[in-house]
Amino acid sequence: MSAAEEVVAEGHQAVEAVPKRAMTLGTGTSLVVLAALLIVPLLVKNFIIFQMTMLLIYGLAVLALNILTGGSGQFSLGQSAFYAVGAYTSAVLMEHANLNYALTLPISAVVCFGFGYLFGKPALRLSGVYLALATFALATAMPQLLKLNFLEHWTGGVQGLVVTKPDAPFGLPMSQDTWLYYFTLLVTVAIYIFAVNLLRSRSGRAFMAIRDNEIAASAMGVDVARYKTLAFGVSAAVTGIAGSLGAIAVQFVAPDSYTITLAISLFLGMVVGGVGWLPGSFVGAAFIIFVPNMAESISKGLSGAVFGVLLFLVIYLVPHGARQIAILGQQLVGKLRKN
Amino acid sequence: MPAVTGKLAAASLALALIAASASTASAQKKYDTGATDTEIKIGNIMPYSGPASAYGIIGRTEAAYFKKINEEGGINGRKINFISYDDGYSPPKTVEQARKLVESDEVLLIFNSLGTPPNSAIQKYMNSKKVPQLFVATGATKWNDPKDFPWTMGWQPNYQSETQIYAKYILKEMPNAKIAVLFQNDDYGKDYLKGLKDGLGAKAATMIVAEESYETSEPTIDNHIVKLKATGADVFVNITTPKFAAQAIKKNAEIGWKPTHFLNNVSASVGSVIKPAGFDNAQGIISAAYLKDTTDTQWANDAGMKGFVDFMTKYFPEGDKTDGGTIVGYGVAQTLVQVLKNCGDDLTRANVMKQAASLKDFRTEVLLPGIKINTSATDFAPISSLQLQRFKGERWDLFGDVISADVGG
Repeated sequence: MSAAEEVVAEGHQAVEAVPKRAMTLGTGTSLVVLAALLIVPLLVKNFIIFQMTMLLIYGLAVLALNILTGGSGQFSLGQSAFYAVGAYTSAVLMEHANLNYALTLPISAVVCFGFGYLFGKPALRLSGVYLALATFALATAMPQLLKLNFLEHWTGGVQGLVVTKPDAPFGLPMSQDTWLYYFTLLVTVAIYIFAVNLLRSRSGRAFMAIRDNEIAASAMGVDVARYKTLAFGVSAAVTGIAGSLGAIAVQFVAPDSYTITLAISLFLGMVVGGVGWLPGSFVGAAFIIFVPNMAESISKGLSGAVFGVLLFLVIYLVPHGARQIAILGQQLVGKLRKN
Repeated sequence: MPAVTGKLAAASLALALIAASASTASAQKKYDTGATDTEIKIGNIMPYSGPASAYGIIGRTEAAYFKKINEEGGINGRKINFISYDDGYSPPKTVEQARKLVESDEVLLIFNSLGTPPNSAIQKYMNSKKVPQLFVATGATKWNDPKDFPWTMGWQPNYQSETQIYAKYILKEMPNAKIAVLFQNDDYGKDYLKGLKDGLGAKAATMIVAEESYETSEPTIDNHIVKLKATGADVFVNITTPKFAAQAIKKNAEIGWKPTHFLNNVSASVGSVIKPAGFDNAQGIISAAYLKDTTDTQWANDAGMKGFVDFMTKYFPEGDKTDGGTIVGYGVAQTLVQVLKNCGDDLTRANVMKQAASLKDFRTEVLLPGIKINTSATDFAPISSLQLQRFKGERWDLFGDVISADVGG
């Protein structure tokens, strides 16, 4: 490690050390949120259901990034690439191989895990901003790779692929949107529980040890290289599943859907939700879906600037994102109880 | 007495007439979601932000034009409520905005949404919801497919019909030509190339001696031009976007390659392509056009162009009149107004599509003289003719007849 790097590392830690207890919600709160997520779709219009589905999907993608950054302390601006691989895997399998949509999810996960793991290998030598830059390159390259001539037969080139939306199975009396929402919710809950358990497991402790101090971790016997690539693989797999669900919900994949803007949005969602706080991923997803719409309704010409101001306010007022608000809320409730 | 009976008769006749007209009117008034006695809700999706934000001016021109229509009393007494959202040219966002317009804002139709990928993303949805996706702002050929997508219609001449027109001209004037093609490697470039090959028919294989494609990420296309010159071609079909078109024109002059040069309409702007490339280098280039060019002095005293300039000065003073987007926005908005006028009091989605597919010789005065908008139940390509033009001095000279080429997707 060079002298300059040491200064950076000592000066201020890029990713804050979050104890694993503080990474999740209490059981009671979780059940209330889940109940709300189950009931709301019965009361609202299809369009709102569609938006809620997208919220869960982006939430999953942010969660994946959160495992990587909040868990193992590695940065990635390349999540859009994994998201794209997942989306295309599902789209191609559904449209060309007529595979059932539900079966494409595990395939996407495996493909993306492999992709993320392989990318994680060389990326191991990089850390901090350098790693961010390498992943950034991946995100920029992806849309062009998808346009390649020899892949065009499967990917549809720039024209993209139209995906058929699945009907509810077993003749259930619900619309396609409602069914897809519940399907997504099921997948999301499963992955959320998996993520929570992962971070509480031996691997999770290894991730966090690496995040907090790499040298100390390796001194304790943690195989740094293995766990760093593993974190990349897991994160890519979850992002890939989110991508698959996204392709099914939007019914269309095209290279222009997965540009660097998406990667930055996901990164933004993680920061706003609170780095290392898993439930915050969904708050962050809500931010990246709804705030641009709000900004647009305030001023069409200056929507970008309004969005910037709102983002600035969030960072300035609650630098730890939604987690900080949750903690404040908890303290307030605690005080009220005492009185 | 006769006078009184006369008056009575007249009064009762008048009453009967009023009753009759009232009953027919109420019988005819039919509405779908998005239309009422006082309002017609129209949705629109534009890239106001993101990589294609330069096109956002089209949406702003349309908003200004509908404001003008509303101030003049609306369409058959109904005001237009124009709701335009930003999708940043990102297809998933387009789907979200389209669903918001259809399911939450409850618009009658979505009009002039921009870009091939964004429109491809919502085409299936719009058709399954049976909501018109009217006059989409892209030149891809696939929008003219009334059999499979009866709720989607384009507006501008599609790319394939343009190169078909060049092919017709080449076959007639230079049947032994050796053709070199330079095209952008995306859907736009490939659509154009297909039109050229279809137009040349069986002779395409022998006449086209070189095909070169370039990526938009390349800083310059000079090496492609040098390569094409080396093939000894005497016809150059230049399918490039403005920046690259200017480079190609300049490079041709530099290395002294003087083929018959066909330049696609996308890059025919005098202000943004020819002038930067140098007027001297551009003499004799052939292109095709369907709209009047605002930077072209020959239309300075033209009534249609004056109408456009007056509109811009009064309703959209901050808009750039020389930007091709404003004139497109103006023309397409006029076409929609005509369709809605023709709908009368039957503002159902089915009737909107029916009227849009029954335009006969309609003209907006920013179209070149002689170009008319015609549609039918089997022809969803409103503008399908163009006129050839040759660059001379500092402006385009139109020549030959208006040529039409209908191509389906």
